[in-house]
Amino acid sequence: MNTTSNLKDMSAVLTPPVSPSFGPKTRLLSPKAWTGVFIALAAVLVLVPLFNLVVPAGNPFHLSDYAVQLTGKIMCYAICALAMDLIWGYTGILSLGHGVFFALGGYAMGMYLMRQIGRDGNYQSDLPDFMVFLDWKELPWHWAVSDSFVATLLLVVLVPGLLAFVFGFFAFRSRIKGVYFSIITQAMTYAAMLLFFRNETGFGGNNGFTDFKRILDTPIATPSMRMTLFVLTGLTLIGFFLLARWLVGSKYGRVLQAIRDAESRVMFTGYDPLRYKLSIWVISAVMCGIAGALYVPQVGIINPGEMAPSASIEIAIWAAVGGRGTLVGPIVGAFFVNGAKSWFTQAFPEFWLYFLGGLFIAVTLFLPQGIVGLTRKFNRNAAAEETKA
Amino acid sequence: MTPDLMEAGAEALKHHEELVATRQGSGGASYGRVVTGELDVTHGAILYLDDITVSFDGFKALNALNLNISAGEMRCIIGPNGAGKTTMMDVITGKTRPDVGKAFFGSTIDLLRLRENEIASIGIGRKFQKPTVFEHLTVFENLELALKADRGVRSSMFFRLNGEQLDRIGEILTLIHLRPSAQRVAGLLSHGQKQWLEIGMLLMQDPKLLLLDEPVAGMTDEETERTAELFISLEGNHSLVVVEHDMKFIGELTQGGKNGKKVTVLHEGSVLAEGTLADVQSNEKVVEVYLGR
Repeated sequence: MNTTSNLKDMSAVLTPPVSPSFGPKTRLLSPKAWTGVFIALAAVLVLVPLFNLVVPAGNPFHLSDYAVQLTGKIMCYAICALAMDLIWGYTGILSLGHGVFFALGGYAMGMYLMRQIGRDGNYQSDLPDFMVFLDWKELPWHWAVSDSFVATLLLVVLVPGLLAFVFGFFAFRSRIKGVYFSIITQAMTYAAMLLFFRNETGFGGNNGFTDFKRILDTPIATPSMRMTLFVLTGLTLIGFFLLARWLVGSKYGRVLQAIRDAESRVMFTGYDPLRYKLSIWVISAVMCGIAGALYVPQVGIINPGEMAPSASIEIAIWAAVGGRGTLVGPIVGAFFVNGAKSWFTQAFPEFWLYFLGGLFIAVTLFLPQGIVGLTRKFNRNAAAEETKA
Repeated sequence: MTPDLMEAGAEALKHHEELVATRQGSGGASYGRVVTGELDVTHGAILYLDDITVSFDGFKALNALNLNISAGEMRCIIGPNGAGKTTMMDVITGKTRPDVGKAFFGSTIDLLRLRENEIASIGIGRKFQKPTVFEHLTVFENLELALKADRGVRSSMFFRLNGEQLDRIGEILTLIHLRPSAQRVAGLLSHGQKQWLEIGMLLMQDPKLLLLDEPVAGMTDEETERTAELFISLEGNHSLVVVEHDMKFIGELTQGGKNGKKVTVLHEGSVLAEGTLADVQSNEKVVEVYLGR
């Protein structure tokens, strides 16, 4: 008896000659999701500038500068949450140190903004005020290229990227996983915070950088500059969302999810998990760095507080609250949590941390898929009801 | 540090020194050998394990194990719990490094120099004892990832299935009876179906040597029978090492296909007996180990 040919015959009978009922997903987004992206684009490019700059103050449709600034800030946070989703939601690596990449991007931009102050500081010196205060006579070596905007943009990408590469290479090569990895990322951001707190490292100590006056020789505190930064941030967020969509929709993204589900299987299938983890880790870190660089000119300050362990944990909370592994969820989560925060800290300032803790517990217990998971469930139920009726 | 911890440490060190002392250059035996990507089976053997010893805290999981698998052979390996079957697979696939011994794939590739993913790419596929599939991906996507293709990061980002590859996936889907479930998430499959999916993933890789750790655990009788049929059909083009407890399954495997299939019995980390199933079953030492007389 020849079993091989039997099996072959069988498959020939069962295989339909044309149009297989399976196949790879090739669409980047569903038509509905594209509509969402275009609405977001329209809001960022047209609606917000219109309601803020054109509609006069006092008109009920006027969007206050405060609202624009807050939304811009939250969009920076949303980029971090999106980056967190790539590494945590899709690859299963919980980083509790992403704040350090955000802060490094912010500091790189901050150094440039400090140089842009020129002689308009309190001491009317070429050196930033804090250096005069410390009685330094010249710029330290790492400020060498800080007067160049192009170099700053490079640093915004390279510094977080390089730190992530070196840290990730050793951590992933040593196969540090799970909670151990999370703990060392906390240690990393904490160590960086202590370093930046010191005056002699040349990053302004615990005051950090502030009192910015100009960017690209243009005053920074004008409505039009504020709007430019807002639009840039919005475009970056939407761009990164599409990039992330493309990444997770590719075979690369499926390998990442496979690493999350069964890393040993990935290895024994011939993939080197190190390369995959390291690449997504660096991509994620660079996204955070760019978010930090957009954040600093809008908020007007950067200090080591951004590297506090709790700041990094908050990024993870945004992602979890919105819904891990959905990309859009963490963006929603960043808006929801930070929106709630700015309201709460005004209305009941002393209860904010309790609320945040309670929220995280509630999400962990009742909403493992986050807000987006909940709405999807409602949609499914509604659809089921409709088909019944 | 507590005193007993220090004591344990001292003992481990002593043990390690003993191991190093007994090694006598066997670790350097691979010195000067060429490690090329090409599998050379001109000498007949596809897998060659020599004097492999693995110890965990003094316990010898493998004790001077010798095993040769010929190209195209199907070898069944049986043995009681703790005989070292899974550890042996760990050594072959690079998960565990032996303290002593040599492991060659063909006559030129030193397995002890390669990492897990490199060993997988030179053509050794492994099925785990517990079915391990990517639970959140669909059956189709599971097979797509296992498909023979460039494993690099950049080529994965820009990867597109071509018609030939799609056909290949369809073929395997039919073979493992999961075609109707192609778009289902793998986590929703039954235990037996997950086993089949994992076997399907191995076949997608098209390995020269398949290591199958308890492939029919949790399968129905009918599924077991089909699995035996499938494995027999692979014999010749692939070499197979099947570790199994289910004697009925071993019986089915050894009866089908080529005659004179060998069965190896492992016990306490080394080979206790080797021969046809009938030989092995009548071997007194084997009976003793299995029945505990």
